[in-house]
Amino acid sequence: MDQDLKNELSKHGIFATTFEELYNWGRKNSVWPLTFGLACCAIEMIATTMARYDLARFGAEIFRPSPRQADLMIVSGTVTKKMAPQVVRLYNQMPEPKYVIAMGACAISGGPFRDGYNVLKGIDRFIPVDVHIPGCPPRPEALIHAFMALQEKISAQHLTGEARPRHLKQELPSEFPVPEFGEHGLEPAQNDEVFHNPLKVLQG
Amino acid sequence: MGKILPMAPVEHPWATILVLLIAAFVFGGVPLSLAWLWAKLYSPAKPGIQKNATYECGLEAKGDAWVQLDVSYYLYAIVFLIFDVEAVFLLPFAAAFSGLSLAACLAMLVFLLLLVEGLIWACQKGVLTWR
Repeated sequence: MDQDLKNELSKHGIFATTFEELYNWGRKNSVWPLTFGLACCAIEMIATTMARYDLARFGAEIFRPSPRQADLMIVSGTVTKKMAPQVVRLYNQMPEPKYVIAMGACAISGGPFRDGYNVLKGIDRFIPVDVHIPGCPPRPEALIHAFMALQEKISAQHLTGEARPRHLKQELPSEFPVPEFGEHGLEPAQNDEVFHNPLKVLQG
Repeated sequence: MGKILPMAPVEHPWATILVLLIAAFVFGGVPLSLAWLWAKLYSPAKPGIQKNATYECGLEAKGDAWVQLDVSYYLYAIVFLIFDVEAVFLLPFAAAFSGLSLAACLAMLVFLLLLVEGLIWACQKGVLTWR
């Protein structure tokens, strides 16, 4: 619907919307995260949900203890190679549509532990990440910012047409291959369909 | 005597309950069926092996749920329960100890000895050795 026409109508006290906007408005204001913390970032995540920062204002206070009921996975902390298969499996068990926030330097890239023998260098090697928040750890305001960015992303999604998101394309899978914790780290080391190595991208 | 009142339509005493019962079922059933219908029409269902798995803690389920537990757990639990209850009685006994008569102390001693006897019996039966 034309934005100018909408503004004009709203001046006359007429509220016009589309089914898609209404649907997305409902979706973005009821994103339920998974109860799931990995390291120190989880403490900031807990602080975000408490009274001072109050994530409930964005409709996301209900942290579900089961992946079956959650829409959002906040990867809050260092993902070790031993934990990565469990993280991917939990992601696979979440119903569609599902979103991922990579919270903090560790979840994005391994952070200060990047050179550690047991640290995964970013969860985006195995699952698609919607919002990355830098920080070590990010403050609760940063998590709220990431959450608002995710809400903007959700409200901009089209429900029909070619540009519709992944979860509405029936041919695309909802499960991603779970890596095995092998003798020399994870096998495979990354999911090439999800992860695009920036070095390789630069080299063309 | 008083005059006969005109007859009101006869109502069964349980009729109100019946109406409320039906209303309660409708009140619960309508939102549930609407949600079910909505999910049937619009939910992007993408089932998979892992998504349909029973266990939802990130780990894969191993083995069988129908395992047999060692009977020793049961015996240990019973012996524990005896002394658990004993501790409950010992606490007020200890609190009121200085004001108790000799008879009360003897009664408590008998109670304690009975339980200690039970412990010795359990020990002789080999309950306390883990096999």
